[in-house]
Amino acid sequence: MVRILGFLVGLGFVFLTAWSLGFGVWAYVTDPPRPTVEHEFHEHPRHVSYSFDGPFGRYDRQQLQRGFQVYREVCAACHGLQYVAFRNLHDLGYSEAEVRAIADQWPIQVPSINPETGEPATRKAIPADRFPNPYANATAARAANNNSLPPDLSLITKARDGGPAYVESLLTGYQNPPAHLPAENRPGTGLHYNPYFANLNIAMPPPITADGQVTYAPGNPPPTRGQMAHDVSAFLAWTAEPSQDSRKNAGLWTLIFLIFGTALAYLAYQNVWAGKKH
Amino acid sequence: MSFPWAEDYRPTNPFMRWMDERLPLPRLVYNAVGKGYPVPRNLNHFWNFGVLAGLALVLQIVTGVVLAMHFEPSAAGAFASTEHIMRDVNSGWFLRYAHANGASMFFVVTYIHIFRGLYYGSYKAPREMVWMLGLVIFLLMMATAFMGYVLPWGQMSFWAAKVITGLFGAIPLVGEPIQTWLLGGYAPDQPTLTRFFSLHYLLPFVIAGVIILHIWALHIPGSGNPTGVDVKTPQDTVPFHPYYTAKDGYGAGLFLIALAVLVFFLPNFLGHPVNYVPADPLSTPSHITPEWYFWPYYAILRAFTVDFLFVPAKLMGVAAMFASILLLFFLPWLDKSPVRSGSYRPMFKLFFVILLADIFVLGWMGGLPAEEPYVMISQIATIYYFAHFLIILPILSMVERTLPLPNSISESVLHGEAEEAAPADLTGAAPAKA
Repeated sequence: MVRILGFLVGLGFVFLTAWSLGFGVWAYVTDPPRPTVEHEFHEHPRHVSYSFDGPFGRYDRQQLQRGFQVYREVCAACHGLQYVAFRNLHDLGYSEAEVRAIADQWPIQVPSINPETGEPATRKAIPADRFPNPYANATAARAANNNSLPPDLSLITKARDGGPAYVESLLTGYQNPPAHLPAENRPGTGLHYNPYFANLNIAMPPPITADGQVTYAPGNPPPTRGQMAHDVSAFLAWTAEPSQDSRKNAGLWTLIFLIFGTALAYLAYQNVWAGKKH
Repeated sequence: MSFPWAEDYRPTNPFMRWMDERLPLPRLVYNAVGKGYPVPRNLNHFWNFGVLAGLALVLQIVTGVVLAMHFEPSAAGAFASTEHIMRDVNSGWFLRYAHANGASMFFVVTYIHIFRGLYYGSYKAPREMVWMLGLVIFLLMMATAFMGYVLPWGQMSFWAAKVITGLFGAIPLVGEPIQTWLLGGYAPDQPTLTRFFSLHYLLPFVIAGVIILHIWALHIPGSGNPTGVDVKTPQDTVPFHPYYTAKDGYGAGLFLIALAVLVFFLPNFLGHPVNYVPADPLSTPSHITPEWYFWPYYAILRAFTVDFLFVPAKLMGVAAMFASILLLFFLPWLDKSPVRSGSYRPMFKLFFVILLADIFVLGWMGGLPAEEPYVMISQIATIYYFAHFLIILPILSMVERTLPLPNSISESVLHGEAEEAAPADLTGAAPAKA
């Protein structure tokens, strides 16, 4: 009985799927899908190598400091880092006093209240504060940016396929639209052609425009556009995953421990079963 | 417990004797996973995965309970509190990555466990209840994993909640009220998040309860084995402890190594980047996809693209998706072949390999966007999936010529060698022979 009912149900599902399949095949043959403009012009992030690639790769603090400098002088005007606190900058090798100075001199102040009147006010940042947002809210951000919202950058390298390589490709990927790009996909007013961006036209104007836009401290590589884009991408990898170095260190020790323990377990298993055919 | 030669619990320690007379908990453990449970001696490594699934559940509960201490189940604060766990809670990143990847590993071992059962006929008499309780556990796992994925309130969390509850909206007449009732509103919002958090905390303990029933039902006939031949003599079995505790210890080590590689070196490999964007009800992600362990079902859901008469395609997709799992409950009565193990069923073995490949194809297609030719491929794979269980297996079990079975487990193990004709060592730890 179960088998007869099952057989009928099975035939039903097979028929209904085949019904959909038939329409799909017919449409595929008579009107094959054309590649979309995004498929044709969109480019995947370039392959970029970083000091923190692979299980043994770690952050390069000198590079992260350079990247932080690029963020402070170029990106911070429009993009927040709402999940990162000034105190986290210790990880980049800054001293206590340097962190306090960075917070104190941060161009955007932290929302607060006037202790006398209770009126809304702002105060200077302290190390315990998270990076203050450049805009009071999303509406203000859109109003100042031609109705586009500059995303918060704390997690950007984990929130995009390709991670830091995507950010680096995007920053250096601005170019003139190709001649055969259809008119409806050409950048409109206030938009810029960038093949690494999902819909090809990004509202952000090219942020890194000239070599030497940021002045690196002596002893660092020259601040070419590629170097600045590389450094700030590494910095944003750190803001997204500040625990990466301790995670990989803990991982290596954990694996050594587990492999040793599993070897012992294997020997115990062999010992218990020795001489027992199975 | 299950066989007359099962070792009886005789505590020698006076405290254990005292305890056994008042609360025979040590006796229960002894009979369940100790020397009191005789197990076929010929189990291969595929029999490790039940214990590994239990281990995965324990890891999920331990990491989950601690995560819940730091998590804030509110639409405004869930995403930020997840980042708080990742950045400010001591080893919080470890807890969260272990929990997220632990869920994936839980599904890996459970899928292997299920396919072990499918190949070796573990669903057949007298183990139908074991099989069906296992499917109940699987369904509860899927519900728990889905609700847990919603909690961080990222973009994919939000849209997964919307799409999955939307499946219930496909039911005629009562669909939309049911969807609203499940969500606690017209779209996922605070009520959805709060109830999903509550249920995500509750269901693992329900799973633990059903696991107890699953093991209880298993211990009535005892474990199956790769030959599918019933246990006949004491020679066919070894006591669970130390033989299988030692083997499972080794398996658990390998499982933990695999989990550690994911947690420490590839923590976001199985996740989707879009879920690191906070939920935004006004912006639909370009490509909504569930976690990898739901991809085969997602492919079946999306295989129905054209209405048939008065039946909308969406309803067919939802019905097919639920049917793809529910039909497994009837498997013991669909496959009536008296031979349990696929090793002695040449035709079955062939179709089993096709099924395995078919489900991999479904999973692959389920993770891709709903574009051609992916949809056509998932339609062909869906046809085979239903045909395999509902048409091929029942016919096969009537017409197939099976290979001769060994007379007993010990015969298949010893290949007629008489050297180990003595009964298996019932007292447990045999001294290792050189």
